[in-house]
Amino acid sequence: MIEFEMPKPIAQQSYVLQTVAENMMRPVSRYFDEHEHEIPWDYINFMHMAMRATGAGSLAPPPEKKKEGEETEEKKEKRPPIGYQMLAFMLEMLSWGDVGIYLCTPGGGLGAAAVEAAGTPEQKQKFLARFREEKPVFAAMAMTEPHCGSDTSAIRTTAVLDKNTNEWVLNGEKIFVTAGQKSLEESNGFVVVWATIDPSAGRAGMRSFVVEAGTPGVKVTKLEHKLGIRASDTASIVLQDARVPFENILGSPEIQPDTSKGFKGAMATFDATRPLVAATGVGVARATLELVKELLAKQGIEIRYGLPRAKLTNVEREIIDMEVMLRSAWLLVIKSVWMADNRKPNPLEASMAKLRAGDIVTRITQKAMELMGPIAYSRDYLLEKWFRDAKITDIYEGTGQINRLVVARNILGYSGRELR
Amino acid sequence: MYSFEPSEEQKMLIDAINRFAVNDLRRKAHDADEEYGYPKEVIEKGWELGVLQASIPEAYGGFGEHSVLTGVLAAEEMAYGDFAATLAVLTPALFALPILACGSEEQKQTYLPPIAEGEWQPYTAACIEPFFDFDLLDMRTTAEQKNGAYLLRGEKIYVPFANEAEQMIVYANLNGQTQGFILDCNASGVTIGERQKTMGINALPIYKVTLEDVLVPAERRLGGIEGHDPTPIFDSMHLAMAAMALGVSRAAFEYSRDYAKEREVFGVKVAQKQAIAFMLAEMATEIEAIRLLTWEAAWMVDNKKEGASKQAYLAHVGAMDMAMMVTDRAVQILGGHGYIREHPVELWMRNGRGFAMLTGLGMI
Repeated sequence: MIEFEMPKPIAQQSYVLQTVAENMMRPVSRYFDEHEHEIPWDYINFMHMAMRATGAGSLAPPPEKKKEGEETEEKKEKRPPIGYQMLAFMLEMLSWGDVGIYLCTPGGGLGAAAVEAAGTPEQKQKFLARFREEKPVFAAMAMTEPHCGSDTSAIRTTAVLDKNTNEWVLNGEKIFVTAGQKSLEESNGFVVVWATIDPSAGRAGMRSFVVEAGTPGVKVTKLEHKLGIRASDTASIVLQDARVPFENILGSPEIQPDTSKGFKGAMATFDATRPLVAATGVGVARATLELVKELLAKQGIEIRYGLPRAKLTNVEREIIDMEVMLRSAWLLVIKSVWMADNRKPNPLEASMAKLRAGDIVTRITQKAMELMGPIAYSRDYLLEKWFRDAKITDIYEGTGQINRLVVARNILGYSGRELR
Repeated sequence: MYSFEPSEEQKMLIDAINRFAVNDLRRKAHDADEEYGYPKEVIEKGWELGVLQASIPEAYGGFGEHSVLTGVLAAEEMAYGDFAATLAVLTPALFALPILACGSEEQKQTYLPPIAEGEWQPYTAACIEPFFDFDLLDMRTTAEQKNGAYLLRGEKIYVPFANEAEQMIVYANLNGQTQGFILDCNASGVTIGERQKTMGINALPIYKVTLEDVLVPAERRLGGIEGHDPTPIFDSMHLAMAAMALGVSRAAFEYSRDYAKEREVFGVKVAQKQAIAFMLAEMATEIEAIRLLTWEAAWMVDNKKEGASKQAYLAHVGAMDMAMMVTDRAVQILGGHGYIREHPVELWMRNGRGFAMLTGLGMI
């Protein structure tokens, strides 16, 4: 049965999160935009406390212990799973509040998602439990290097197994690590670092490793100054003979010749994270469109629906087109997380959602500024900030072009070799 | 809950329509376009799939409940075969569905059983008018109350099968509100004009209809003497266009995708060039996005959700742009071959432009 009824737990969560967005994010949005690299601890501490109390937003598995007389897993499983849907709605609402501040949310972000997607049950228990501890904890993903971005198979960071100590020794430099500083220096977190265990094996040698805060030889060397999302730290990390335990590798330690299974397995992380990043873009787009409609209403302009285009004013036409873009992109996000919840393979849908969200949030914020003219260009309103914040959606977690490539390969049935 | 999986019943219906679309419509669409019509057997075969009959409750001769969502799924699938054929097969819906949604009990009892129980018959409706700014909400054809009856005046175009039809619904402006009237086609003052030729739906016979002081008894106003809220009719019209646009776009996408995988260029398949592959990726994404918007709108209409009408309109607006984008690119991907009528993509491009201005020609 095709259905579009928002599940009750999501509706309740949205109600609460909107309050957070309105009261804890919007009032400080401008401040943290203008004070780059300051950390929004009020928001962070509040969210940590709230998420700990409710369990919301966490990918961490529930504690193993079970009290007697408690419901069995089977009974609980009756309802269709909505974990990823909850998360997508949460991210959308928080990004509606402020996407830069949202990126400072404790709870593991993309780093935890990578462990969740590619880790063993033991690894999940070991690395994800910390997010329920007393103090807020962060995690990050380190993929990009100075010489390569989208072409992740070209990374040069190496991981060599020291058989004497049974440790991986990591060497290399990572850039553009979202929340890298907070993960390594401001909390007891970790960074999932991508490295090659065999530089001659190409993609087949690619693996990711959990590098915990406090690991000797790991250093944050730089924080970037950016166009937008300035509340979020974007770190450079140098790994110099950094040693991590053998069991910190995500995926198989063996190289399988003539297959890129290890790489593909690790790439599966993106099927889970791309729709979530798309959700953040949709949040910014919705914030923008709502404010534009509010400003129009103040001048007595109400949008008329149902008319032929030939009768609409330009402003009406633009707004209506934005509504189409926004809603259709959001539905792509919901479908792809619904698939993730129901364990349906979703690489195609995840990339569609991400590319669409990147397209529409840049388009909507750009158009909104054009429509609102001099008002929009002023820092009195947040429109110009959202315009700057929006652009990152089309870049990180796979640029719009990379996601087009993924979609194209899927619909054409082509491998990476057939469609480069 | 959210769910994106059609029910078993819907899947069976889609499968049946898909076979008809692929085996009958797709094979005959080119000739039907060139020869201005389908053989009656094809229309009859499409009718026997029971899309409309399954929307009419047993009490009125049908065998189901009306679901706009099911209608959306069905219309996409049939239009995947051919747009004009889908409009032809579903022409009786232009008459039956407004009566089902807005008619008085007496009107339902009178008009629905003969349609639902019979073979395909040319019941139709006159909606579109010959003006660039034709507007469902503000029609130029007028209805004026006179001596307990209504006097209709105006000009309608693109009325399917008007030459054969005995009954049609005519939409007119009654004191600023669009209202339907059930009309005898041979009533005094009704003139069925010449068959009209358009850019892209040649296989559907359409006619101009002129109304000169046509007298309609008060009880033949749709909904009876009290009239009706036209909203369900508009919703259905918008979503019919959106659904059929999805079918045509999907056909164009798949054809150009398959062509690009066959066609060699500079030693590789043309689909292996990012210039083409990215176009296809965007076409697929656009179709999926607008399909979800259309499904949601249909679900909202079925469940009487607030904002359903706005959503149906948005789906239609999105679909008209999608259809133009996708069908244009399909022609472009085939290059010179796309411009030749031996390939179907040019027909789909001609169809594709129509979804913006043919509102009222289909209902689901």
